[in-house]
Amino acid sequence: MLPYLAKRLLLLLPTVLVPVTLVFLMMKLAPGDPAAVILGDSATPAQVNALRERLGLDDPLLLQFVEFLKALVTFDLGESISLGDPVLSTVLSYGVVTLQLTVFALVIAVLLGATAGVMAALFHNRAIDKVTMIGAVMGVAIPEFWLALLLILAFAVTLRWFPVGGYVPMTEGVFASLETLFLPALALGLVQAAFIARMTRSAVLDVVGEQYIATARAKGIAWRDVLQRHILRAASVPIVTVIGLTAAVLMGGAIAVEMVFSLPGLGRLLIQAVTRRDYPLIQGIVLIVAVAYVLINLVVDLVYALLDPRVRYE
Amino acid sequence: MTNNSSLVASPSAADPVLSVQDLSVSLPVRGSMLEAVGEVSFDLRRGQIRGLVGESGCGKSITATALMGLLPPGSTTTGRADLEGDDLLGLSRAAREQRNGRKLAMIFQEPMTALHPMLTVGYQVAEGMRKHLGVGKREARERGIEFLHRVGIGSPARIWGSHSHELSGGMRQRVMIAMMLACEPEVLIADEPTTALDVTIQAQILDLLQELVQDSGTAMLLITHDLGVVAEHCDDVTVMYAGRVIEQGSVQQVIHAPKHPYTVGLLKARPNREVRTQKLESIPGRVPTLDMMPSGCRFAPRCPRAQDTCAEEPGLLPQGHEHQYRCWYPVEEGVTK
Repeated sequence: MLPYLAKRLLLLLPTVLVPVTLVFLMMKLAPGDPAAVILGDSATPAQVNALRERLGLDDPLLLQFVEFLKALVTFDLGESISLGDPVLSTVLSYGVVTLQLTVFALVIAVLLGATAGVMAALFHNRAIDKVTMIGAVMGVAIPEFWLALLLILAFAVTLRWFPVGGYVPMTEGVFASLETLFLPALALGLVQAAFIARMTRSAVLDVVGEQYIATARAKGIAWRDVLQRHILRAASVPIVTVIGLTAAVLMGGAIAVEMVFSLPGLGRLLIQAVTRRDYPLIQGIVLIVAVAYVLINLVVDLVYALLDPRVRYE
Repeated sequence: MTNNSSLVASPSAADPVLSVQDLSVSLPVRGSMLEAVGEVSFDLRRGQIRGLVGESGCGKSITATALMGLLPPGSTTTGRADLEGDDLLGLSRAAREQRNGRKLAMIFQEPMTALHPMLTVGYQVAEGMRKHLGVGKREARERGIEFLHRVGIGSPARIWGSHSHELSGGMRQRVMIAMMLACEPEVLIADEPTTALDVTIQAQILDLLQELVQDSGTAMLLITHDLGVVAEHCDDVTVMYAGRVIEQGSVQQVIHAPKHPYTVGLLKARPNREVRTQKLESIPGRVPTLDMMPSGCRFAPRCPRAQDTCAEEPGLLPQGHEHQYRCWYPVEEGVTK
């Protein structure tokens, strides 16, 4: 296990370097002169040139890349043009909201999706299976933002169980915070739950038909243990794969849901940054999201190795 | 084994451990129920090895899975299978979980897929003992390692912590045998235990099984399509064709004086060491599928001796005899040799 972990961590560096390079190139290729954008419309060409000099925009591309990497290593992502604050701290403070939302949604998606999937598989071709799968197909088909609106209409406007929007930080009360996050997390989580349910169902169905399950039953192992220790153990690998995918997709879905519920998350920050052409900020957000993707993949790979000895063996 | 089998072969011999009477199994096929196996009866005594022989699709494995309670959902059974006073066919799930592994166990054909890929060998061997014998983790480990040693695994303590993908096919089948014999069941069903293995390993595994079964007094139902294996390792044999027992008796009787034309055909289809030049014979046609069963004798469409009478299915005769066959026109002695 340890050599595997070391190998995976070592591979992390080149993996992170790819999105970092892409973000750098994206900024260079983007139309418009950053110096002109920063100074605004009233700037004179002399002022723009002076700023270009100061920002090193006239240096060779490779040199600029090295400077960019140097700054990254010291966690310096520059300053936001529109807000004037350091990019990193801004991105992190908005990122916390998105992280909470995503984790909450993931918990809902996994609990609901995995349970429904296992039930559907165990009652294969029976009523539970059919109802669950119809629900799952509908769930996969519904866009998050629309589901978000429906949930607001039902639970916030009509029933008044939850706030319509807004955000209370964890530091001002965990319960109040969860209350503001519940509907957005549900909107995000339900769609992914549907996805996980379908995957779990087929994974469990595959494993139930395996010879080694017949072996366990021939040994007289109690059905509960056959399910928990034999079936779910083997089905866990594809389920973890889909959960990893889900975690990544959730970050994308979070953007829309954050807008609907006016949550101060990365999604809203990104849209602000784009509309104001705040390049350093866009760069910072894209970078953080890319790194998060890479980290999620790493976690999934490590979980694989924990679950399946054959992965460690390679 | 053959030496004392002649002593216990008389009708007054010890009561059977397992007595299957008139077993039939129906499987759901595309919405309708089709009988896959019918009128199957045989006994197993302590220490006895009974071969169950036939071509693929003749119902051998269905018979075994029915006894183990592992039939696909929706299947139905009739008849009885008595094991120490219980009817195996009518067990509740809880009762079944008490019997499987403890009273009867089964070894599967494919050791590659029969072991769980993510659980250690040790866990899988210990699991049954911990459940049925109520032993603790440490005792299960001690007993398990001893069992692995007995099935011929060189460094059992090392193998204990390994996973199936680290073992060869032969090793996996040895682990499987240790796993299934760990609780010393009364009856062991071995479903073509060597078909998936290298030829050199096959004989070793069969010898090992025979030795272990004799030492412990376990009765074994050895499913195979190889009459050579039957001649070498079994006391008695049941030959199945298209879901029916068509001949059964002692190995001596069935192999050396077969009565049913199908058994004769099977014997002729075997390579023979003495007569090398002779071309191997095959039985023309194939085993009928479940939805295309002939109404009379099921072998009649392929039988060289079939006559009009064969439009009616014969019973297993003569009743009460050890050597029985399901044929209107049994082959006279001496025909095969």
